[in-house]
Amino acid sequence: MKFAVVVFPGSNCDHDAYHAVKHVLGQDAVFVWHKETSLSGADVVILPGGFAHGDYLRTGAIARFSPIMQEVRRFADARGPVLGICNGFQVLLEAGLLPGAMLRNRSVRFQCEHVFVKVEQTDTPFTLGCRPGQVLKIPIAHGEGNYYAEPAVVERLERNRQVIFRYTTAAGAVTAEANPNGSVNNIAGLCSEARNVVGLMPHPERACELAIGSADGLVVLESAVASVTQRAVAAAR
Amino acid sequence: MNTISDELVQQHGLSHDEYARILEMLGRVPTATELGIFSVMWSEHCSYKSSRVHLRTLPTAGKRVLQGPGENAGAVDIGEGLAAVFKIESHNHPSFIEPYQGAATGVGGIIRDIFTMGARPIALLNSLRFGPLDDPLVRRTFAGVVAGIAGYGNSIGIPTVGGEIGFDDSYTGNPLVNVFCLGIARADEIVKGVASGVGNAVYYVGAKTGRDGIHGATMASAEFDDKSADKRPAVQVGDPFMEKLLLEACLEVMRTGALVGIQDMGAAGLTCSTCEMGSRGGAGVTIDVSLVPQREAGMTPYEIMLSESQERMLLVVRRGHEAEVERIFEKWDLHAVHIGEVTSGGRLCVKHHGEVVADIPNAALTDEAPVYRRPMAEPAYLAGARQLSLAALGPPPPAREVFRRLLASPAVASKQWVYRQYDHMVRTNTLVVPGMGAGVVRVKGTTRALAMSVDGNGRFVHLDPFLGAQLAVAEAARNVACTGAQPIGATNCLNFGNPERPDIMWQFARAVEGIGAACRALDIPITGGNVSLYNETDGRAVLPTPVLGMVGLIEDAATVVRRAFRGEGDAIVLLGAGRGELGGSEYLKVVHGLVRGTPPVLDLELEAALQRLLVAGVAAGLIRSAHDCAEGGLAVTLAECCFNTGLGASVEVPSVDVETAFASVATLFGESASRVVVSVQADRTAELVAAAQAGGVPAAAIGRVGGERIRIAMAGQIAIDEPLAEAEDIWSRVIGGYFDRPRGAA
Repeated sequence: MKFAVVVFPGSNCDHDAYHAVKHVLGQDAVFVWHKETSLSGADVVILPGGFAHGDYLRTGAIARFSPIMQEVRRFADARGPVLGICNGFQVLLEAGLLPGAMLRNRSVRFQCEHVFVKVEQTDTPFTLGCRPGQVLKIPIAHGEGNYYAEPAVVERLERNRQVIFRYTTAAGAVTAEANPNGSVNNIAGLCSEARNVVGLMPHPERACELAIGSADGLVVLESAVASVTQRAVAAAR
Repeated sequence: MNTISDELVQQHGLSHDEYARILEMLGRVPTATELGIFSVMWSEHCSYKSSRVHLRTLPTAGKRVLQGPGENAGAVDIGEGLAAVFKIESHNHPSFIEPYQGAATGVGGIIRDIFTMGARPIALLNSLRFGPLDDPLVRRTFAGVVAGIAGYGNSIGIPTVGGEIGFDDSYTGNPLVNVFCLGIARADEIVKGVASGVGNAVYYVGAKTGRDGIHGATMASAEFDDKSADKRPAVQVGDPFMEKLLLEACLEVMRTGALVGIQDMGAAGLTCSTCEMGSRGGAGVTIDVSLVPQREAGMTPYEIMLSESQERMLLVVRRGHEAEVERIFEKWDLHAVHIGEVTSGGRLCVKHHGEVVADIPNAALTDEAPVYRRPMAEPAYLAGARQLSLAALGPPPPAREVFRRLLASPAVASKQWVYRQYDHMVRTNTLVVPGMGAGVVRVKGTTRALAMSVDGNGRFVHLDPFLGAQLAVAEAARNVACTGAQPIGATNCLNFGNPERPDIMWQFARAVEGIGAACRALDIPITGGNVSLYNETDGRAVLPTPVLGMVGLIEDAATVVRRAFRGEGDAIVLLGAGRGELGGSEYLKVVHGLVRGTPPVLDLELEAALQRLLVAGVAAGLIRSAHDCAEGGLAVTLAECCFNTGLGASVEVPSVDVETAFASVATLFGESASRVVVSVQADRTAELVAAAQAGGVPAAAIGRVGGERIRIAMAGQIAIDEPLAEAEDIWSRVIGGYFDRPRGAA
């Protein structure tokens, strides 16, 4: 199974995503340069973290104009699994593949630390291996992760069960203290209406090995493998 | 023919004698461009003219050394065909004038030094000094420096994995911002900053050249006064995205074999890179500055040669490989511009639209630049400052109160508020995060890991430069040894005042001797570094602050230990012995407002034995945690071992023999060197103590890990008995408390 890791010039978690897929998960991974127009036949697409084009304007604002993004959109429209991590999530928002926007963190500072997120829905390609309500210890590292959408949009997201990850305490309680950046409704991650595009601010690829603090994020990538396998089986029937 | 007035010479920071020498070397009056070139290359910052004779005495050889001083960075062999490439550099002066950009461009500069050597940077550390945080101007500087370091390092995606922060009045108008970077290269693919091969192309790549930073190197070679804020245009603005593109593109170019040499344009910009590369390669370089991409119209050759605009590189490309190199830069949306050629004859020749505007032998700018053996004299303050009479201080406060005050001292308190702003996890290698002593990163593709620590104690150096500098080496090495790493190389950043003052020069020379002595005793080569002089404001110098950046190698990354206690019931063992030394301590500073006495004695043989024991004990799985005793002494060290673990500790420590009234504080808060608190599985205590004794290291089992309190007894009496949660709360809130309003407040 092949994962494509899209590389924007300012991506800096591309190597981490590649490492997690290739060396921890044991799947095939390829880097796809943002000026390319093909996803190299990948089964899963990852938009990694970083500062895609320096992001002096808004995070991810310019990345949507990169040639590869047309292909990512086509892949998403065909129900292919797309995961946007941190800056990748911001790019998905700017590209309109997911609704809403990011504001600066409530602290007005960059924050790098482990947080707890609860898996709210397991019917996405990136959470199907999770237990409903499972709490994952995964790091965040961002300055603009304060998710915002208009109240009507938030209401629709909640109604459609599109909120996939929420910041919680270690025990899974949704509290103001557990919200690291001020995101509305403690939202840490979302999926598209078709549920195949998922974006989240925490970094599951940084939490795939206990040696570096947590292996809780591995389930996100493992879920993608299971999802692609299920789709293949379904298609073969 | 042009003429150069005395005033113009003076404005360029050149002495009368230096100018006379220029006339002699050129055999004519220099052009304006040439005068500018000489002034920056002969500045203290670039020429090391005051420090060079002393630096030559440092030990730089060793069986692992692949590159010693003189290149963009040093390199040591870490096995499996790999090299660790590392260096530390200061950006003190710019960081006072413009904290965010000053610190950010400091990070950018050191990163370029590392990838220029063909290494992928994988870790950053920093050593910072500020005035007291009660001062709003200091808080502004502090917050700006931290945000600048974060802004640059986070964007480019290199984790900041460690560092240290200290405070003293002397740094109020002259903060220290020392940044360390380490990268990994194939040992046989290290790239040098050389220009050679007559006819090879000289390329310029990166950001356009602007008028920013002109005379940055000369600014860093003068003292500050009340007009310093006017120097803001001499501080450059950083663009981490541009640097990220340069990093990736340069590493890609290096893999092609098309490159002869490369150097970043740091201090003294295009001037320094052209003449240094030519000098190292025994060749000349001719460039035409009209071809240099410029940000502003109407720039003169003088301005182009002296600009310190950031994120620019100079490359020498093998003839016939130009298109290949240009293609790679195009991929990254960078424009590589062919601005000149390598020549024979060893001269730097600068043209402007074909007309020669400077023509200087490289040697005049590099090897033959002035070197001074400046006069030295023991500082007048020293004899008095070394006198410490504890009796004259009156009775010390109760130990419990001192304990709380030390935990609340910004030097001791948690720096989480700072480290949270640094991305310390990117690249997924970080095994030990910042704020825990040495930072540790694994080296992917191998079983190995590297530990790094930056350390220096200005108070100790102030009170005894020779001993204080030795203590800095010992502490940095001990910190990496605490993780299980064998120290294999070091870099130093020497922050001092005005070298034209004999007392400052004496401090400097004695400190360098101390570093040399300690490095020789511990068998650690110095592979390079940086000197920052003129750290003075209105005639008052900073505490003399040599900072050591130490690199240690761990053969098996899985064995790394941290400072935190690990299990209820583990035995706590104190390695080394306290002598109750309070000279220069945090205790004296915090409780009595004094920087006095003599620094702790250092027995380098014992220190070496202690470090051997730590490395062996960790590798054998015997030592489960280890933490060095530093500021705040044994009591603070024990508390720090408990923090972030939920585990308390109960110990009984042997009382030291000092004046009775001070026996308690001297035992608990004295800062005797060569001491480490370790924990060990209870049933293996005897094994560790025996190993220590066999190695000649004093060792005493002093108590157990566990409970919810930090309890320290002496001579059968409880001296400190605090709830862990309260102590941790005090320690955790200090730094953030200066910046954040309490939660819920309007």
